[in-house]
Amino acid sequence: MIWNPNKECMSREQMRELQGKRLQKLVQYVYHNVPFYRNKMQEMNVSPEDIVTIDDIVKLPFTTKQDLRDNYPYGLQAAPASEIVRVHASSGTTGNPTIVGYTRKDLAVWSEVMTRCLTAFGVTRDDTFSVSYGYGLFTGGLGAHYGVENLGATVIPASTGNTEKHIRLIRDLNITGIACTPSYALYLAETLDKMGIDKSEIGLRVGAFGAEPWTENMRKEIESRLGLKGYNIYGLSEIMGPGVSYECQEQNGSHINEDHFYPEIINPDTLEQLPYGEQGELVFTTLTKEGMPLLRYRTKDLCTLMDGECPCGRTSVRMGRIVGRSDDMLIIRGINVFPSQVESVILEMPEFEPQYMLVVDRVNNLDTIQVQVEVRKDFFSDDIGSMLAMKKRLSDKLKSVLSIAADVRLMEPGSIERAQGKGKHVIDKRKLQ
Amino acid sequence: MIIRQLSIFLENRTGRINEVARILAENGINMQAFSMAETADFGLLRLIVPDVDKAVEVLRAADIAVMVTDVLCVNSPNVPGALSAVLEKLAANGIFIEYMYAFSDGDSANVIIRPNNIEEAVRILS
Repeated sequence: MIWNPNKECMSREQMRELQGKRLQKLVQYVYHNVPFYRNKMQEMNVSPEDIVTIDDIVKLPFTTKQDLRDNYPYGLQAAPASEIVRVHASSGTTGNPTIVGYTRKDLAVWSEVMTRCLTAFGVTRDDTFSVSYGYGLFTGGLGAHYGVENLGATVIPASTGNTEKHIRLIRDLNITGIACTPSYALYLAETLDKMGIDKSEIGLRVGAFGAEPWTENMRKEIESRLGLKGYNIYGLSEIMGPGVSYECQEQNGSHINEDHFYPEIINPDTLEQLPYGEQGELVFTTLTKEGMPLLRYRTKDLCTLMDGECPCGRTSVRMGRIVGRSDDMLIIRGINVFPSQVESVILEMPEFEPQYMLVVDRVNNLDTIQVQVEVRKDFFSDDIGSMLAMKKRLSDKLKSVLSIAADVRLMEPGSIERAQGKGKHVIDKRKLQ
Repeated sequence: MIIRQLSIFLENRTGRINEVARILAENGINMQAFSMAETADFGLLRLIVPDVDKAVEVLRAADIAVMVTDVLCVNSPNVPGALSAVLEKLAANGIFIEYMYAFSDGDSANVIIRPNNIEEAVRILS
């Protein structure tokens, strides 16, 4: 099903024309309302009149997370305060959080794009849908919430926490869909096992999973343990929140709502725009945003963009899976390591729970990486030799995938901390020194 | 005779063994014998208790990775040469010992043996 075929199936030519017009308008708007952008454009000798088609976007300045922090709290806001009806903030683990204000129209656009996502996942007004992203300053909860309402399905604002009660609601209210992080979906599956409830006793059929990168193996794991079909939904609070892109039934990349969010892939070192198919950093321009519009916002997410027709009928550009974040990347003894690489190895091995923690340290000026992984109950053995062999199998696989040796630590099941929101997979002790 | 032994996987973490001991104590389960095998990052605690099923239940409820393994318990007089005689028989019949530990109680001694072929070991010793 397609919620808005006029936009989602627009011809490429029409889409580019629409994007060009919207970009022109956007640049005029920020130039006259956001001193930060006016100054940057003047420094670069670019005026709003230089922007005619969407291809002129390369003339415009980039925006980084640091720019958002430097202009905390409202420096990048373009709309007057009286027009702002809601504010969200991103988790600021270091430094200032990022504050994003939304106008009434921004919220309407957000609901619309969220509804497109849910419709693509096969959710209809007949579904009962649990939103298990955190409600609050985080965009996940309320963003998904209003999408479900806009679609006309029944929303259960479960948020996170109190997982056993949530599972009882899933069973008793016959909840058919759920939006949460993939980490939380796994935690739900685990809690289900603990409560002794079989997946056949619950009616979940659709999962909208996002807010953190996940792998194809993790999808299989969640699908088989919860008995649903899992779809990727992508978004970030700086741009809007969940709903920036979504998978269709083909699950060959995520369709970008590019009438609102214009995507580019750049080389993060040279900042040059890269052609479709090449991997680099994903950049978005908010074509229609009023509250806090951003030009060429660098997401730090690494992926590829794909064009070409999709058998689902949508014509929009798709983004591949996020392979990592440029700031997630660990450099261990000069070699780039992404937590997602470790995750895919662990998920391929039935001996281990899909929980892991990477502990990076520097010992005698040499980086070390320890991979803590939980052994599944059925795979414990009284025989030390076979336990050590299990450990060696994982070390060998990691070595071949990462090109560096990792110290594997076998852990008891349940001993690695479970995430209710975004999963935490790295402890880098090097930064503490 | 063949008896059931608890094998518990433990991360090398301060206080972890004590947790096992505490849970058993709280449930009134006495440890008759135990042995600890360790590697650099994990250990296997092997325990003989009177009520295996109850011990498994309370340990699992506390999320402790416990499994039950069949081992051989050989009772012999607590005198020099008794153990040697048992081991001699097993070796002569090609039985390999994966691990063993023992405890004595006055005049008699009990040896817990995990042989590579438990049925065969029982046949040889009986």
